[in-house]
Amino acid sequence: MELTLSDEQIERYSRHIVLEDVGVNGQEKLLASKVLIIGAGGLGAPASLYLAAAGVGTLGLVDADQVDISNLQRQVIHHTDDIGRDKVTSAANKLRAINPDVTVREFHLRAEASNILDLINDYDFVVDGTDNFVAKFLINDACVLGNKPFSHAGILRFDGQLMTVRPGASACYRCVFNQPPPPRAVPSCSQAGVLGAVAGVVGCLQATEALKSLLGLGGLLTDTLLVWNALRMDFRKVKVKRNPRCAVCGEHPTITTLRDEAAAVCDITGKPR
Amino acid sequence: MKLIVNGTDVQVSDGINVGQLLFKRKVRLPDMVSVELNETVLQRAEFETTPLHEGDRVELLYFMGGGCGTHAV
Ligand SMILES: [Zn+2]
Repeated sequence: MELTLSDEQIERYSRHIVLEDVGVNGQEKLLASKVLIIGAGGLGAPASLYLAAAGVGTLGLVDADQVDISNLQRQVIHHTDDIGRDKVTSAANKLRAINPDVTVREFHLRAEASNILDLINDYDFVVDGTDNFVAKFLINDACVLGNKPFSHAGILRFDGQLMTVRPGASACYRCVFNQPPPPRAVPSCSQAGVLGAVAGVVGCLQATEALKSLLGLGGLLTDTLLVWNALRMDFRKVKVKRNPRCAVCGEHPTITTLRDEAAAVCDITGKPR
Repeated sequence: MKLIVNGTDVQVSDGINVGQLLFKRKVRLPDMVSVELNETVLQRAEFETTPLHEGDRVELLYFMGGGCGTHAV
Protein backbone atom coordinates (compact mmCIF):
# COMPACT_ATOMS: atom_id res chain seq x y z
CA MET A 1 0.00 0.00 0.00
CA GLU A 2 1.36 3.46 -0.91
CA LEU A 3 -0.23 4.97 2.18
CA THR A 4 2.33 6.30 4.57
CA LEU A 5 1.53 9.37 6.59
CA SER A 6 3.19 12.67 5.75
CA ASP A 7 4.60 14.84 8.53
CA GLU A 8 1.60 17.10 8.16
CA GLN A 9 -0.77 14.16 8.50
CA ILE A 10 1.05 12.94 11.58
CA GLU A 11 0.41 16.36 13.13
CA ARG A 12 -3.15 16.64 11.87
CA TYR A 13 -4.12 13.25 13.25
CA SER A 14 -1.86 13.30 16.31
CA ARG A 15 -4.79 13.05 18.75
CA HIS A 16 -5.90 9.87 16.98
CA ILE A 17 -2.40 8.50 16.66
CA VAL A 18 -1.71 8.81 20.38
CA LEU A 19 -4.77 6.70 21.08
CA GLU A 20 -3.36 3.27 21.73
CA ASP A 21 -6.27 1.60 19.92
CA VAL A 22 -5.89 3.76 16.81
CA GLY A 23 -2.24 4.61 16.22
CA VAL A 24 -0.65 5.08 12.81
CA ASN A 25 -2.15 1.84 11.56
CA GLY A 26 -5.66 2.87 12.53
CA GLN A 27 -5.26 6.28 10.95
CA GLU A 28 -4.02 4.70 7.73
CA LYS A 29 -7.03 2.44 7.84
CA LEU A 30 -9.33 5.47 8.10
CA LEU A 31 -7.58 7.21 5.20
CA ALA A 32 -8.14 4.11 3.08
CA SER A 33 -11.81 3.83 4.12
CA LYS A 34 -14.97 4.90 2.34
CA VAL A 35 -18.22 5.95 4.01
CA LEU A 36 -21.48 6.82 2.24
CA ILE A 37 -23.77 9.32 3.96
CA ILE A 38 -27.33 9.31 2.68
CA GLY A 39 -28.97 12.63 3.55
CA ALA A 40 -26.88 15.78 4.04
CA GLY A 41 -29.18 17.18 6.71
CA GLY A 42 -29.66 17.11 10.47
CA LEU A 43 -27.89 13.78 10.97
CA GLY A 44 -25.65 13.75 7.91
CA ALA A 45 -24.24 17.20 8.72
CA PRO A 46 -22.58 16.35 12.05
CA ALA A 47 -21.76 12.80 10.93
CA SER A 48 -19.97 13.93 7.79
CA LEU A 49 -18.16 16.82 9.50
CA TYR A 50 -16.61 14.48 12.06
CA LEU A 51 -15.83 11.76 9.53
CA ALA A 52 -14.06 14.30 7.32
CA ALA A 53 -12.12 15.74 10.24
CA ALA A 54 -11.19 12.20 11.27
CA GLY A 55 -9.59 11.62 7.88
CA VAL A 56 -11.93 9.03 6.41
CA GLY A 57 -10.40 9.01 2.94
CA THR A 58 -13.54 8.94 0.82
CA LEU A 59 -16.95 10.32 1.74
CA GLY A 60 -19.95 9.94 -0.55
CA LEU A 61 -22.88 12.31 0.00
CA VAL A 62 -26.34 11.60 -1.36
CA ASP A 63 -29.08 14.25 -1.27
CA ALA A 64 -31.46 15.66 -3.86
CA ASP A 65 -32.48 18.77 -1.93
CA GLN A 66 -31.43 22.37 -1.72
CA VAL A 67 -30.59 24.26 1.45
CA ASP A 68 -33.61 25.97 2.96
CA ILE A 69 -33.54 28.61 5.67
CA SER A 70 -35.45 26.26 8.01
CA ASN A 71 -32.57 23.76 7.80
CA LEU A 72 -30.02 26.05 9.40
CA GLN A 73 -31.28 25.59 12.98
CA ARG A 74 -29.67 22.12 13.06
CA GLN A 75 -27.93 21.30 9.76
CA VAL A 76 -24.71 22.95 10.84
CA ILE A 77 -22.78 22.05 7.69
CA HIS A 78 -24.85 24.58 5.72
CA HIS A 79 -24.37 28.31 6.19
CA THR A 80 -26.75 31.20 5.62
CA ASP A 81 -24.99 31.97 2.32
CA ASP A 82 -25.81 28.46 1.11
CA ILE A 83 -29.59 28.94 1.01
CA GLY A 84 -30.79 27.71 -2.37
CA ARG A 85 -27.57 25.78 -3.10
CA ASP A 86 -27.65 22.00 -3.60
CA LYS A 87 -27.06 20.40 -0.21
CA VAL A 88 -24.41 18.02 -1.53
CA THR A 89 -22.45 20.95 -3.02
CA SER A 90 -22.77 23.04 0.12
CA ALA A 91 -21.74 20.11 2.32
CA ALA A 92 -18.88 18.98 0.06
CA ASN A 93 -17.37 22.50 0.12
CA LYS A 94 -17.21 22.46 3.92
CA LEU A 95 -15.83 18.93 4.11
CA ARG A 96 -13.03 19.75 1.64
CA ALA A 97 -12.24 22.92 3.55
CA ILE A 98 -11.99 21.00 6.82
CA ASN A 99 -9.73 18.34 5.43
CA PRO A 100 -8.13 18.29 1.97
CA ASP A 101 -7.11 14.66 2.56
CA VAL A 102 -10.72 13.64 1.99
CA THR A 103 -12.13 12.85 -1.43
CA VAL A 104 -15.78 13.91 -1.43
CA ARG A 105 -18.12 12.41 -4.01
CA GLU A 106 -21.34 14.32 -4.60
CA PHE A 107 -24.50 12.51 -5.60
CA HIS A 108 -27.20 15.06 -6.26
CA LEU A 109 -30.02 12.56 -6.39
CA ARG A 110 -32.51 10.70 -4.26
CA ALA A 111 -31.63 7.16 -3.20
CA GLU A 112 -34.14 4.84 -4.84
CA ALA A 113 -34.60 1.15 -5.44
CA SER A 114 -33.11 1.51 -8.91
CA ASN A 115 -29.84 3.17 -7.85
CA ILE A 116 -29.13 2.38 -4.20
CA LEU A 117 -27.25 -0.89 -4.64
CA ASP A 118 -24.86 0.82 -7.06
CA LEU A 119 -24.52 3.74 -4.65
CA ILE A 120 -23.55 1.66 -1.62
CA ASN A 121 -21.45 -0.89 -3.49
CA ASP A 122 -18.09 0.88 -3.25
CA TYR A 123 -18.31 1.81 0.46
CA ASP A 124 -17.23 0.18 3.71
CA PHE A 125 -19.98 1.69 5.85
CA VAL A 126 -23.25 3.54 5.25
CA VAL A 127 -24.79 6.26 7.43
CA ASP A 128 -28.56 6.63 7.16
CA GLY A 129 -29.26 10.32 7.66
CA THR A 130 -32.60 10.38 5.87
CA ASP A 131 -35.82 11.81 7.24
CA ASN A 132 -38.46 9.44 5.95
CA PHE A 133 -39.42 5.84 6.50
CA VAL A 134 -39.54 4.73 2.89
CA ALA A 135 -35.89 5.75 2.54
CA LYS A 136 -34.96 4.19 5.88
CA PHE A 137 -36.44 0.81 4.93
CA LEU A 138 -34.90 1.04 1.47
CA ILE A 139 -31.44 1.70 2.95
CA ASN A 140 -31.92 -1.18 5.38
CA ASP A 141 -32.96 -3.62 2.68
CA ALA A 142 -30.20 -2.51 0.30
CA CYS A 143 -27.53 -2.81 2.99
CA VAL A 144 -28.81 -6.26 3.99
CA LEU A 145 -28.88 -7.45 0.37
CA GLY A 146 -25.55 -5.75 -0.39
CA ASN A 147 -24.00 -6.91 2.90
CA LYS A 148 -22.93 -3.41 4.05
CA PRO A 149 -22.75 -2.47 7.72
CA PHE A 150 -24.71 0.69 8.41
CA SER A 151 -25.96 3.03 11.09
CA HIS A 152 -29.67 3.69 11.33
CA ALA A 153 -30.89 6.72 13.27
CA GLY A 154 -33.99 8.79 13.82
CA ILE A 155 -34.81 11.97 15.73
CA LEU A 156 -38.01 13.72 16.74
CA ARG A 157 -38.69 16.54 19.20
CA PHE A 158 -36.35 15.80 22.15
CA ASP A 159 -35.81 12.13 21.28
CA GLY A 160 -33.30 10.23 19.26
CA GLN A 161 -32.51 6.60 18.60
CA LEU A 162 -29.98 4.62 16.66
CA MET A 163 -28.78 1.12 15.95
CA THR A 164 -25.95 -0.38 13.97
CA VAL A 165 -26.64 -3.25 11.61
CA ARG A 166 -24.16 -5.87 10.53
CA PRO A 167 -26.16 -7.76 7.90
CA GLY A 168 -26.51 -11.46 8.55
CA ALA A 169 -24.91 -11.09 11.97
CA SER A 170 -27.24 -8.73 13.84
CA ALA A 171 -30.84 -7.55 13.86
CA CYS A 172 -31.79 -5.21 11.03
CA TYR A 173 -34.16 -2.22 11.14
CA ARG A 174 -36.90 -4.35 9.58
CA CYS A 175 -36.42 -7.06 12.24
CA VAL A 176 -37.58 -4.47 14.78
CA PHE A 177 -39.93 -2.18 12.86
CA ASN A 178 -41.27 -4.57 10.23
CA GLN A 179 -42.56 -2.05 7.68
CA PRO A 180 -43.02 1.69 7.20
CA PRO A 181 -45.87 3.23 9.18
CA PRO A 182 -48.82 4.44 7.09
CA PRO A 183 -48.44 8.01 5.83
CA ARG A 184 -49.29 10.59 8.51
CA ALA A 185 -49.36 8.03 11.38
CA VAL A 186 -46.05 9.41 12.61
CA PRO A 187 -45.28 13.13 12.63
CA SER A 188 -42.19 14.38 10.82
CA CYS A 189 -39.71 16.85 12.28
CA SER A 190 -41.19 19.59 10.11
CA GLN A 191 -44.60 18.97 11.72
CA ALA A 192 -43.55 18.17 15.28
CA GLY A 193 -40.20 19.93 15.54
CA VAL A 194 -36.84 18.80 16.77
CA LEU A 195 -34.25 20.39 19.05
CA GLY A 196 -31.30 21.14 16.79
CA ALA A 197 -28.70 19.84 19.21
CA VAL A 198 -30.51 16.48 19.37
CA ALA A 199 -29.68 16.00 15.69
CA GLY A 200 -26.07 16.91 16.46
CA VAL A 201 -25.74 14.35 19.25
CA VAL A 202 -27.31 11.54 17.27
CA GLY A 203 -25.34 12.34 14.10
CA CYS A 204 -22.12 12.32 16.13
CA LEU A 205 -23.09 8.96 17.62
CA GLN A 206 -23.51 7.67 14.07
CA ALA A 207 -20.04 8.97 13.15
CA THR A 208 -18.64 7.27 16.25
CA GLU A 209 -20.20 3.96 15.22
CA ALA A 210 -18.82 4.35 11.68
CA LEU A 211 -15.30 5.02 12.98
CA LYS A 212 -15.48 2.08 15.42
CA SER A 213 -16.68 -0.19 12.64
CA LEU A 214 -13.88 0.93 10.28
CA LEU A 215 -11.26 0.52 12.99
CA GLY A 216 -12.71 -2.71 14.40
CA LEU A 217 -12.88 -1.17 17.86
CA GLY A 218 -15.12 -1.79 20.83
CA GLY A 219 -18.72 -2.93 20.84
CA LEU A 220 -21.07 -1.61 18.18
CA LEU A 221 -24.77 -0.90 18.73
CA THR A 222 -25.59 -4.19 17.08
CA ASP A 223 -28.67 -6.03 18.35
CA THR A 224 -29.23 -2.85 20.33
CA LEU A 225 -31.49 0.14 19.82
CA LEU A 226 -30.09 3.08 21.76
CA VAL A 227 -33.04 5.24 22.79
CA TRP A 228 -32.30 8.72 24.10
CA ASN A 229 -34.58 11.31 25.63
CA ALA A 230 -32.86 14.67 25.99
CA LEU A 231 -35.33 16.10 28.51
CA ARG A 232 -34.80 13.30 31.02
CA MET A 233 -31.26 12.92 29.66
CA ASP A 234 -31.52 9.16 29.80
CA PHE A 235 -29.87 6.83 27.31
CA ARG A 236 -31.40 3.36 27.27
CA LYS A 237 -30.02 0.37 25.42
CA VAL A 238 -32.88 -1.84 24.29
CA LYS A 239 -31.80 -5.35 23.34
CA VAL A 240 -33.24 -6.43 20.01
CA LYS A 241 -32.87 -9.75 18.26
CA ARG A 242 -32.86 -10.95 14.69
CA ASN A 243 -36.45 -11.72 13.82
CA PRO A 244 -36.87 -15.09 12.09
CA ARG A 245 -39.95 -13.60 10.39
CA CYS A 246 -38.05 -10.56 9.08
CA ALA A 247 -38.98 -10.02 5.45
CA VAL A 248 -35.42 -9.24 4.37
CA CYS A 249 -33.06 -11.11 6.73
CA GLY A 250 -35.36 -13.75 8.26
CA GLU A 251 -35.59 -17.46 7.59
CA HIS A 252 -37.89 -17.08 4.60
CA PRO A 253 -37.18 -13.65 3.15
CA THR A 254 -39.82 -12.22 0.82
CA ILE A 255 -37.70 -9.20 -0.11
CA THR A 256 -35.00 -10.48 -2.42
CA THR A 257 -34.91 -7.57 -4.85
CA LEU A 258 -35.53 -3.92 -4.14
CA ARG A 259 -38.70 -2.10 -5.03
CA ASP A 260 -39.73 1.40 -4.06
CA GLU A 261 -42.08 0.96 -1.11
CA ALA A 262 -45.08 2.69 -2.73
CA ALA A 263 -44.95 0.11 -5.52
CA ALA A 264 -44.72 -2.70 -2.99
CA VAL A 265 -47.93 -1.49 -1.33
CA CYS A 266 -49.71 -1.54 -4.69
CA ASP A 267 -48.51 -5.09 -5.27
CA ILE A 268 -49.95 -6.31 -2.00
CA THR A 269 -53.34 -4.64 -2.19
CA GLY A 270 -53.67 -4.80 -5.96
CA LYS A 271 -54.50 -1.14 -6.13
CA PRO A 272 -52.82 2.10 -5.16
CA ARG A 273 -53.69 3.39 -1.71
CA MET B 1 -49.93 -7.07 38.13
CA LYS B 2 -46.56 -5.44 37.55
CA LEU B 3 -44.97 -5.03 34.13
CA ILE B 4 -41.69 -3.42 33.16
CA VAL B 5 -42.54 -1.04 30.36
CA ASN B 6 -39.61 0.76 28.70
CA GLY B 7 -37.48 0.00 31.72
CA THR B 8 -39.95 1.35 34.29
CA ASP B 9 -42.21 -0.63 36.64
CA VAL B 10 -45.86 -0.13 35.73
CA GLN B 11 -48.92 -1.41 37.59
CA VAL B 12 -51.75 -2.64 35.32
CA SER B 13 -54.94 -4.71 35.70
CA ASP B 14 -54.36 -8.46 35.74
CA GLY B 15 -54.64 -10.25 32.43
CA ILE B 16 -54.65 -7.33 30.03
CA ASN B 17 -53.29 -7.92 26.55
CA VAL B 18 -50.78 -5.91 24.53
CA GLY B 19 -53.50 -4.00 22.68
CA GLN B 20 -55.06 -2.91 25.98
CA LEU B 21 -51.69 -1.81 27.29
CA LEU B 22 -51.17 0.31 24.17
CA PHE B 23 -54.59 1.92 24.70
CA LYS B 24 -53.71 2.66 28.32
CA ARG B 25 -50.43 4.22 27.14
CA LYS B 26 -52.41 6.40 24.68
CA VAL B 27 -51.03 4.70 21.59
CA ARG B 28 -54.11 5.03 19.42
CA LEU B 29 -52.72 3.52 16.23
CA PRO B 30 -50.88 0.20 16.49
CA ASP B 31 -48.99 1.19 13.34
CA MET B 32 -47.17 3.91 15.27
CA VAL B 33 -45.25 1.54 17.46
CA SER B 34 -43.25 -1.66 17.45
CA VAL B 35 -43.73 -3.85 20.52
CA GLU B 36 -41.08 -6.12 21.96
CA LEU B 37 -42.28 -8.57 24.62
CA ASN B 38 -39.49 -10.22 26.60
CA GLU B 39 -37.05 -9.38 23.79
CA THR B 40 -39.20 -10.78 20.98
CA VAL B 41 -40.83 -8.43 18.48
CA LEU B 42 -44.57 -9.03 18.05
CA GLN B 43 -46.46 -8.79 14.77
CA ARG B 44 -49.01 -5.96 14.89
CA ALA B 45 -51.80 -8.46 14.24
CA GLU B 46 -50.88 -10.23 17.49
CA PHE B 47 -51.32 -7.23 19.80
CA GLU B 48 -54.95 -7.97 20.74
CA THR B 49 -54.38 -11.68 21.25
CA THR B 50 -51.15 -11.59 23.25
CA PRO B 51 -51.81 -11.66 27.00
CA LEU B 52 -49.35 -10.08 29.40
CA HIS B 53 -48.11 -11.70 32.57
CA GLU B 54 -46.64 -10.51 35.86
CA GLY B 55 -43.05 -9.37 35.37
CA ASP B 56 -43.17 -9.21 31.56
CA ARG B 57 -40.71 -6.80 30.01
CA VAL B 58 -42.38 -4.72 27.34
CA GLU B 59 -40.59 -2.25 25.07
CA LEU B 60 -42.69 0.19 23.10
CA LEU B 61 -40.43 1.33 20.27
CA TYR B 62 -41.54 4.34 18.29
CA PHE B 63 -40.87 5.23 14.68
CA MET B 64 -38.52 8.16 14.41
CA GLY B 65 -37.67 9.85 11.15
CA GLY B 66 -35.70 13.05 11.23
CA GLY B 67 -32.49 13.71 9.43
CA CYS B 68 -32.49 15.84 6.33
CA GLY B 69 -35.80 17.54 6.84
CA THR B 70 -36.92 19.31 3.70
CA HIS B 71 -39.08 16.69 2.02
CA ALA B 72 -41.90 15.21 4.07
CA VAL B 73 -42.67 11.51 4.35
ZN1 LIG C 1 -34.05 -8.28 9.57
